Amino acid sequence: MKAAVIVFPGSNCDRDLAEGFRQAGFEVSMVWHKDTDLPKGMDVIGIPGGFSFGDYLRCGAIAAQSPICRAVVDYAHKGGHVLGFCNGFQVLCETGLLPGVLMRNAGLKFVCRQQTLRVETADSPFTNAYSKGNEIMVPIAHHDGNFSADADLLSRLRGEDRVAFSYVGNPNGSTGDIAGILSENRRVLGMMPHPERASEPAHGGTDGQGVFKSLTEVLALA
Amino acid sequence: MKARVHIMLKNGVLDPQGEAVRHALGTLGFDGVNGVRQGKVIELDLAEGTTEASVKDMCEKLLANTVIESYTIELT
Repeated sequence: MKAAVIVFPGSNCDRDLAEGFRQAGFEVSMVWHKDTDLPKGMDVIGIPGGFSFGDYLRCGAIAAQSPICRAVVDYAHKGGHVLGFCNGFQVLCETGLLPGVLMRNAGLKFVCRQQTLRVETADSPFTNAYSKGNEIMVPIAHHDGNFSADADLLSRLRGEDRVAFSYVGNPNGSTGDIAGILSENRRVLGMMPHPERASEPAHGGTDGQGVFKSLTEVLALA
Repeated sequence: MKARVHIMLKNGVLDPQGEAVRHALGTLGFDGVNGVRQGKVIELDLAEGTTEASVKDMCEKLLANTVIESYTIELT
């Protein structure tokens, strides 16, 4: 199984994300933002957390226009698996692969803490190792994690079972307590929390491992 | 030639930063500030002959996120 992790100037969770993939048995390639092509034969692409391009203009906006992101969008349109955590979620929203926008936290402060999440669906390549309703503890660390969706989008996400994770105790004002969502084909996941920071015992918890394990199960069947 | 692009959050989109500014103005004793909306201004230094349509394209593709933001273009 092969994973690629995209690296932008200002990414700071790229190596953590790569380690999360490796722990689950993936061989990982790091891919620089100026590259125009993804390595051949990738099973999943990861967009890491951090502050790509210093969060200039809008979080994720400049990264979303980088050469490699065009390749990531093509890959996703062909049915490839893509996940983005934190800044990666912001980048995926800016590319249009996921709907909605991440705005400044309602409390205006950077929030950095352990956060309880509820698994809202086990029907996805990123959540099948969990059960619906599971509560997991995963770190959050963001300033712009306030997921904003209008009433139409919220009802569409819920109606299509595309809310992957929700917050138990909303830390940032997100619409409908949403922490992470899936694309229409369920193969793109974006979430503000950091499962890669809860993926080995030394992290103080391993509740995030399920995201990577879920992928390995789906890929093993493919 | 220059273009000035004004970017504002659309009506109905909550602006927590504007709300914080409004609150701070009230604390300073400025009564009667009913609302504050914060946006941004981007100045572009452009080659002569750049069309407004081209600046509009820049706004749509990068400068504004049209899901939540609206923009106006001023060519000078």
